[in-house]
Amino acid sequence: MSEQLPLTPSQTVGPYLRLGLDWPKGAEVVPPGTPGEVVISGILYDGAGVPVTDGLIETWQADPDGRFAHPDDPRGAVEPTVPGFLGFGRSCTDETGRWSIRTVLPGALPALDDDAEEAPHLDVSVFARGLLDRVVTRIYFAGQPGNDTDPLLAAVPAERRATLVAEKVGEAEYRFDVHLQGDRETVFLQV
Amino acid sequence: MTLAHPRPYRQPRDTHPPLDFAGYKSTGLRAPTQRPILVPQRLTEVTGPLLVGEIGPNDHDLTRQHEGEPLGQRITVSGRVLDSDGRPVPDTLVEVWQANAAGRYAHARDTWPAPLDPNFSGGGRVVTNSKGEYSFTTIKPGAYPWGNHHNAWRPAHIHFSLFGRAFTQRLVTQMYFPEDPLFAFDPIYRSAPEGARERMISAFDMDATQPEWALAYRWDIVLRGREQTPFEEPHE
Ligand SMILES: [Fe+3]
Repeated sequence: MSEQLPLTPSQTVGPYLRLGLDWPKGAEVVPPGTPGEVVISGILYDGAGVPVTDGLIETWQADPDGRFAHPDDPRGAVEPTVPGFLGFGRSCTDETGRWSIRTVLPGALPALDDDAEEAPHLDVSVFARGLLDRVVTRIYFAGQPGNDTDPLLAAVPAERRATLVAEKVGEAEYRFDVHLQGDRETVFLQV
Repeated sequence: MTLAHPRPYRQPRDTHPPLDFAGYKSTGLRAPTQRPILVPQRLTEVTGPLLVGEIGPNDHDLTRQHEGEPLGQRITVSGRVLDSDGRPVPDTLVEVWQANAAGRYAHARDTWPAPLDPNFSGGGRVVTNSKGEYSFTTIKPGAYPWGNHHNAWRPAHIHFSLFGRAFTQRLVTQMYFPEDPLFAFDPIYRSAPEGARERMISAFDMDATQPEWALAYRWDIVLRGREQTPFEEPHE
């Protein structure tokens, strides 16, 4: 093993994150009017059940074919088949603690080694005042058959799995609340 | 064809603050209480957004975003973004935000009685070049009080946000200035382990100062590098 440079520590985004991180179109993973678009939204809650009004949610996902426009996708980087698809979404929570993105559902991802195929999911980072490092979770989608065999969900205790699954609340709407603490504390991941 | 698990990014050790750091009050209701579940890095984690968003012409120069010039000490802040193997991270977005010279943020929720500066918004963004280098021009931010405990003051700092090349490399941090007397009293700075927190302090860089124009600070940022071998199931 070669000599490693020591890493830069993380710090909180603090209460004024919007000055640097708020993008006018950050929530648009796909342009408005994209066929198959869905809105995923929810509330970020603290341990007292109070909405967090100075938080930030970021999402990262494959395109509907389960591919990434990235050189480290071992199948090769491909341009997404959905025009304007970014894969990345960013939403500051508003005065009610609500965040929201507009996207298309990702495809399933291929099995790696002996794993099963991965069900459609988004990787999520949560930032806020009071969080000295981001916390990471995943959004899965209710009703996807692959959820039953997904290798990551299988590694999560069964009674907490539901915290990773977005509920379908409308024709093209999903709801995903994040609970930083409490009875319904979201499962967070160390990646 | 079976795909192999990708080579994961190294787990950080003795670097990041614990989430439940009692000295910083806001962690109390926000730090998760359950341990995070360690999962292998799969394709979603070893990929990530590359070069997202649009960069405006004055995004790298926080002193030129308004009609007039902001008050305060003009400085440049420059450095490299590297991974822990020493490899530069090129073409990656670096976002910054900060208080003005008086220590006040141009934000509705910052209401302490220091003056706002109509010529300073305090947000900037740059993209690293092919050698992983970034540079921006700004004014030195002031220290500011906060409500964490009696007579609490944050040392002067600039907030930094970095993407790297993979979801796993994402980092939000703060850059500090050398020899700040407030380090000894600031729980946020001190939340990072001793031996690691010093990495957040920039260096005064006389060679990069510009005569009759600007002082200069230098700060390199190191993101997680990759393991040499593919993922193996953790043994616990
Ligand atoms: Fe700050």
